Amino acid sequence: MEIEAYEGESIAAALYAIGIDVFSYSSKLGRPRGAFCMIGKCSSCFMVVDGVPNTRTCIEPVRDGVRVERQKGLAPVPSEKTVDGSVEPEEVLETDVLIVGGGPAGLSAALELARYGLNVVIVNEHFKLGGQLVKQTHKFFGSKELFGGLRGFQIAEMLSEQLSKYDNVKVLLQSAAYGVFRGGWVGVASRNKLYRIKPRAVIVAAGATEQYLAFPGNDLPGVMGAGGAQTLMNEYGIKPGDRALVVGSGNVGLIVSYQLLQAGVKVEAILEIMPQIGGWFVHAAKVRRYGVPILTSHTIKAAWGRERVEGATIVRVDEKFQPVPGSERDIECDLVLLAIGLAPDTRLFAQAGAVMRWIPELGGPVPIRTRRLETSIPGMYVAGDASGIEEATTAMIEGRIAALAIASKFLDGERAKRVEEEMEKLLDFLWNEYRASPLLARARAGKEKATVSEEEMERLRKEHPPLVSFR
Amino acid sequence: MGGEVVDEKRKHPVIICRCNDITLEDVERAIEQGCRDLECLRKTLRIGMGPCQGRTCIPLLMRILARRLGKRVDELPLPVVRAPIIPVPIDLFLRSVEEGDGG
Repeated sequence: MEIEAYEGESIAAALYAIGIDVFSYSSKLGRPRGAFCMIGKCSSCFMVVDGVPNTRTCIEPVRDGVRVERQKGLAPVPSEKTVDGSVEPEEVLETDVLIVGGGPAGLSAALELARYGLNVVIVNEHFKLGGQLVKQTHKFFGSKELFGGLRGFQIAEMLSEQLSKYDNVKVLLQSAAYGVFRGGWVGVASRNKLYRIKPRAVIVAAGATEQYLAFPGNDLPGVMGAGGAQTLMNEYGIKPGDRALVVGSGNVGLIVSYQLLQAGVKVEAILEIMPQIGGWFVHAAKVRRYGVPILTSHTIKAAWGRERVEGATIVRVDEKFQPVPGSERDIECDLVLLAIGLAPDTRLFAQAGAVMRWIPELGGPVPIRTRRLETSIPGMYVAGDASGIEEATTAMIEGRIAALAIASKFLDGERAKRVEEEMEKLLDFLWNEYRASPLLARARAGKEKATVSEEEMERLRKEHPPLVSFR
Repeated sequence: MGGEVVDEKRKHPVIICRCNDITLEDVERAIEQGCRDLECLRKTLRIGMGPCQGRTCIPLLMRILARRLGKRVDELPLPVVRAPIIPVPIDLFLRSVEEGDGG
């Protein structure tokens, strides 16, 4: 079948738009799988693209004449021994700073470093820069310096546009860091070649993954991360379904519900396992005005349907979060959106051997860091959601802080002093003004737990000698 | 006959790891058989070792494990992560070996 798609669309989005829900049949059980995360983090959208199996179609752009097939089970091992002709030899790169992730934190860091004339390489898994800013259609709060009044996707466009003016910034799209190695090397894989990169400092701003939930039918096409639905409707203008059930009433669940209503999707209910609504009152009020029920002390018991979601069973829970027998109720819907939180993507730190800790307020394991955002791996910094789940404005501030901390080391004399002062000003603003808001209290508490003094960091490094250093 | 169709529609496993099709039942059986940590679950089930490298299942798996062991998630040992942390086509490595230095 021949299909038309828009330039700049992902293959997965283009297929979803014409009503194709099933992208693959799973490895062992042959279960249908469809769109889930839509940002290249999971494996539900794997298809055979131009003969290449296991292609993440959600981060693969459409192109003329591309041949896409449903993947059924595990792909056979290729019988040809020869290397694909389009593969290029590995390239060795040296740079001042390597930034892993081109979202709000990574882009802000890159701009700051570029302004000071430092060489930067950014690796970005998606074929577009901007991270999750591209799906944020709401206006940001705050001053003009914090991009207040602009919408997320506009901020992404602005940052990318500013960055393109610097020739000391190299952007590697559809690329990801696959490991940190002895001697301070970072391995990066793009679509058709490897890079071996020797940076003097690294900032990891790899973002986060949506949390998954266990219930029967939790893998049916139509069960999606809330962010996956946002990618479809906010980034590509595709209506994700007709009737949605949203699980989780944090800000993500409430905002996605409002966006669903704007897109013409009926929101059957928002479920919240806790006895009270998780997100801000302002967002909850907005969806309540449309008559969307927010059912507290409720959870999803099962999703059902044949090749995709046709409905879900919900259930009331008691004060111990146990289902109350007899309180089950069926809801017909074609979307079940999971908005139960995010987990920071910190695997590169774990692989590098950084000292880490599981901090519930931050969504999972995060590297211990100093105020300047340096981890126990000397010269390896963390910023944005990878440092613990917070929000886009703090991600941008953290990106700049990490960049300034690095610049203050690489520059000398008067310039280093100026950079240092600028960093201190930002740190003061972040901790004493921005995070003073009760709305950020939880994230702030988590970030306090993850942050140690320079002396404590030295002690941690003695206790857990780093296997690798970038300094 | 209508009844059968309804049953089929409602008969689904609880999937924990979508990459390798590992169900909640598989995980619970492994815990019953003595697995007390993530590493044991990974070795017995290959859970979290598929193409997404545990990004989706491991946080969920840790919550299940903690509940079973009567512990808090932050009391469990953290998952071990090895390179390559993302799937890399073998062709790319083969090509750099071909170039002669082999890393």
